[in-house]
Amino acid sequence: MAAELRLAGIGVRYGGVHALDDVSLAVRPGAVFGLIGPNGAGKTTLINATTGFAKLAAGTIHLGDRRIDGLPPHRIARAGIARTYQNIRLFGKLDVRTNLAAGAFTHAGRMSDDDARALLQRAGVPELALDATSATLPYGDQRRLEIARALAAQPSTLMLDEPAAGMNPAETARLVETIRAIAAAGIGVLLIEHDMSLVRAACDDVVVLNFGAVLARGTPAEIVQDPAVIDAYLGSSAEHAS
Amino acid sequence: MNLGTFYAQHSRLIDEIGINALLALSLSVSLQAGQLALAQAAFAGIAAYVSAIASMQFGVPLPASIAVAILASALAAAALAYPVRRLRGIFLAIATIGFGEILRVVLNNLDVTGGAEGLSGIPNDVTTPIIYGALVLVAIVLAIVARTKFALAVALTREDENAARGVGVDVGSVRFASLVLGGAIAGLAGALYAHAFYFLAPTDFGFPRMEQILVWCVIGGVTSPIGGVLGAVFLSVLPEVIRPLADFREITNGLILLGVILFVPNGLSTLWAKRGS
Repeated sequence: MAAELRLAGIGVRYGGVHALDDVSLAVRPGAVFGLIGPNGAGKTTLINATTGFAKLAAGTIHLGDRRIDGLPPHRIARAGIARTYQNIRLFGKLDVRTNLAAGAFTHAGRMSDDDARALLQRAGVPELALDATSATLPYGDQRRLEIARALAAQPSTLMLDEPAAGMNPAETARLVETIRAIAAAGIGVLLIEHDMSLVRAACDDVVVLNFGAVLARGTPAEIVQDPAVIDAYLGSSAEHAS
Repeated sequence: MNLGTFYAQHSRLIDEIGINALLALSLSVSLQAGQLALAQAAFAGIAAYVSAIASMQFGVPLPASIAVAILASALAAAALAYPVRRLRGIFLAIATIGFGEILRVVLNNLDVTGGAEGLSGIPNDVTTPIIYGALVLVAIVLAIVARTKFALAVALTREDENAARGVGVDVGSVRFASLVLGGAIAGLAGALYAHAFYFLAPTDFGFPRMEQILVWCVIGGVTSPIGGVLGAVFLSVLPEVIRPLADFREITNGLILLGVILFVPNGLSTLWAKRGS
């Protein structure tokens, strides 16, 4: 059921600004695809464009054989793309159980408590109480719950927008395991991240965006050696490291 | 005092309470979806006039005239839903209030509605059991709807429209359906009103009535349909209970409302839940 997500030459414009310009990439089922770049490079815009929240000015997006660009967000969600948000967007006043049921909205039938707990387990927060109000949870748990909600949709592709933001190194290391396990289950994962150690540990392929365009692509090991990437993004810290 | 005498003395109030509860339910359907759409009084007015005219001019029997009236108000709601589809919050409120005002002016100036004098002599064939039967029926329908996935979609739309879209909720359809369902329930209330009180004027369903319905829902609690009904019953009965206060009645009524807003800000329906937790 998992299908490859392919973005071909996509462009997004906000007024006269090219937020994204001629970007192509493919997220394979079972692989983790890293998307990195400086602030304002267009990373979140790429997720918004793929999930139907931002309009394409150019290019096409396919999920498997199906063309999904131009569809409204709820149709794209139904097609099998789930996402999380840079600034967590849980249904804050609703409990954990209802947030998970919301994730499974496109699927028939009711979510059992066992199903809900299995999702929390996969997202690395098995101890969460199902009737806890989600806005009252600690920040890291909210991020994990958002991942669990996205998994509830049984997506082909999962798009994670800075899932490690606000996490400490130990939590980040656990997050890598969670993400690798999700991919191992056959889901294609697109990961926006600033933390290069996380990218190196979690990603199979990486694209570096800068000013809305692809600056470099390759494996994490290749990317950190790329002079253009070091110059534009990794900067002096990488110079000191070498 | 026995029950028969009590009913004879208060039958009009008892009927009004039932109809008010229906109006509160109709608004709560919109509020549940996070839509501050304030055209419920107008939808009720459309239905009241349609059912009255159907009965008086075309001799349509009561059930059919109610059915036609509900259809008319649901269609009006559907027609209104399209132009307001991109409006939210206070902007939606203003646009829908505007719809009600347009309707009032139209009713005031048409011959078929009797103009400002309204319609009188509407067949008085809606009885108390019919009103409460309708209320129970609507409550059952809403309780059934509450168990479906549509209710989840409504809650998600209320909490965060964009996040709801992200999990696959067709937010536009949810808003449309909640407006039309609310319009149909308001239509039922309006048709019953026309046939219970046999007189109808354009001001019966103007802005003051809409504001009343909103106050019922706010006082009762907007998070559940029960809140609206509770508010409608409470605020319909309150002026009668404090009637002996004579000159102090209005001010007492106001003070009690102020007290509820200050001390039970989430509505009367949350009192019970608070005690439970």
